[in-house]
Amino acid sequence: MFDWPEPFVWRALFAAVGLAIIAAPLGCIVVWRRMSYVGETLSQAGLLGVALGLAANVDLTFSVILAAIAAAGVLTLLSRQKMVPLDSALGLMHHATLALGIAAIALVKGPAIDLMSYLFGDVFAVTATDLYWIYGGGAVVVAITLYLWQPLVRLSLHEDLATAEGINPRLPRAAFDLLLAVVIAVAMKIVGILLVMAFLVVPAVAARPLSETPERMAVLAGAVAILGVILGLWLSLSSDAPGGPSIVIALCTIASISLLAGSLRRR
Amino acid sequence: MSSRDAPGTGTPNGKSAIDAAAAPCSCGHSHGHQQTDEKRAAEPDPGALISARGVTMWRGSREVLSDIDVDVRRGEIVTLIGPNGAGKTTLVRILLGIEHPERGRIIKPASTRIGYVPQRFEVDSAIPMTVESFLALGEHTTQKAIKAALEETGAAKTINQQLSKLSGGETQRVLIARALLRKPNLLILDEPASGVDFTGEADLYDLIGRLRDKHNLGVLLVSHDLHVVMARSDRVICLNAHVCCSGKPEDVSQHAAYARIFGPQAASVLGVYRHHHDHRHDLTGEPKPLAGASPPGRGS
Repeated sequence: MFDWPEPFVWRALFAAVGLAIIAAPLGCIVVWRRMSYVGETLSQAGLLGVALGLAANVDLTFSVILAAIAAAGVLTLLSRQKMVPLDSALGLMHHATLALGIAAIALVKGPAIDLMSYLFGDVFAVTATDLYWIYGGGAVVVAITLYLWQPLVRLSLHEDLATAEGINPRLPRAAFDLLLAVVIAVAMKIVGILLVMAFLVVPAVAARPLSETPERMAVLAGAVAILGVILGLWLSLSSDAPGGPSIVIALCTIASISLLAGSLRRR
Repeated sequence: MSSRDAPGTGTPNGKSAIDAAAAPCSCGHSHGHQQTDEKRAAEPDPGALISARGVTMWRGSREVLSDIDVDVRRGEIVTLIGPNGAGKTTLVRILLGIEHPERGRIIKPASTRIGYVPQRFEVDSAIPMTVESFLALGEHTTQKAIKAALEETGAAKTINQQLSKLSGGETQRVLIARALLRKPNLLILDEPASGVDFTGEADLYDLIGRLRDKHNLGVLLVSHDLHVVMARSDRVICLNAHVCCSGKPEDVSQHAAYARIFGPQAASVLGVYRHHHDHRHDLTGEPKPLAGASPPGRGS
């Protein structure tokens, strides 16, 4: 006899599917612009945002967005120095934000904090308010993404060509950092800070071998992410494994199969 | 002519005199260059599609562009040549408005529409993109116009291929097709023959020449190679941070500055090297006075 899932399962499913749709096109751009590690650094800065939010007693989604934006600003400055390559500078910031975040959370007084839920998310603890954030904020994110899609694709393809053709690279880039920060903050609740970028990057990787155009890749990435969410939640419920990591396992499995099939086909 | 001619001479081919020595050089010592204000083409040619006046650019402590004047007019092919690091690409980026010069200005009439073909267009294979979707990207265009543009550049068969899988020559033709879809009157091509084999290179320059004739385009080419380009150019500007010399290809090829940069063999390609040295370039490319050189003046 089939049992209808309980409400918390539905909330988890709706939250994760919403996130999948929001994150897919942004994830493609992250992959095209080789920003996986940048995104990783921004999301770990979110941990610092959690600590500040707890200390200042403000909404954590808000404080995480602020921290990620601040980190994006610092990264822009770091990318101007020419002493060490950008990935090394990112390595510095990535670890600094993680260490500072964990230390800061430990120092913040207040209720006992479950660090694990921030690091790996707790998809089954999603509340109705979270769903408003995901679908309300998500609608804004999707609208801005659609509006900036064409300049972002052109800048990813060839920045000089796009600039020479009249695109000012600054606005789309700044807006993209902002969108990334919002998605990171929202995704933190579901998959956690350490796995946020998987939600962005892995579906795009899975979609690449099946795509001929950028738009198709974005749509397919969304479809892959939704499939991964469903499989992951099912895996989690049937095996008692935590939700966020289960979703990421499912996503990575799909991406691996897609990459493997894609490279075999090209032989 | 490039830089130092009196404004308004107007004709694309200009006169044959080369005016290298007039190009000022900021290296702070006196050599063959003459820096006299009355020589300066203060006013840009009103008929030019794009003009640069006194463009100067620094990278750290190195002056990569020193007081450059350039004009490109309708119907003429102007080639910028010079060794690696001569500032050719920087100058192009400034002309395109991607970078802004520290001194000097770019004059571009509102009617000028630029079609740009960048150097080394290597599409990351992470970005899926067919030639057709690339040509449609950000342009109000039709499939018919896309096909016509590809037909014109000889790349019609690539329309459904992935951009990242094209050969060097095909990529250049697709990029030229994209530039043409913008209905330009000025084409700027940065090293269009990089990644193209020798016969492909000749074909490519023939194509550029045909497009110039058909659409009456002004063309600014960047190149570090000599033979194929020079034969097809109306005017050559030899750049090495400063304008070493400029003029008709056959004149420039005989010029001292050109021979010093590219070697006497290069000079013999189009003519006999028979000019008098007025300055030489040291290992960093900075002009140096020649030991025992005659006082500043024309090098020829």
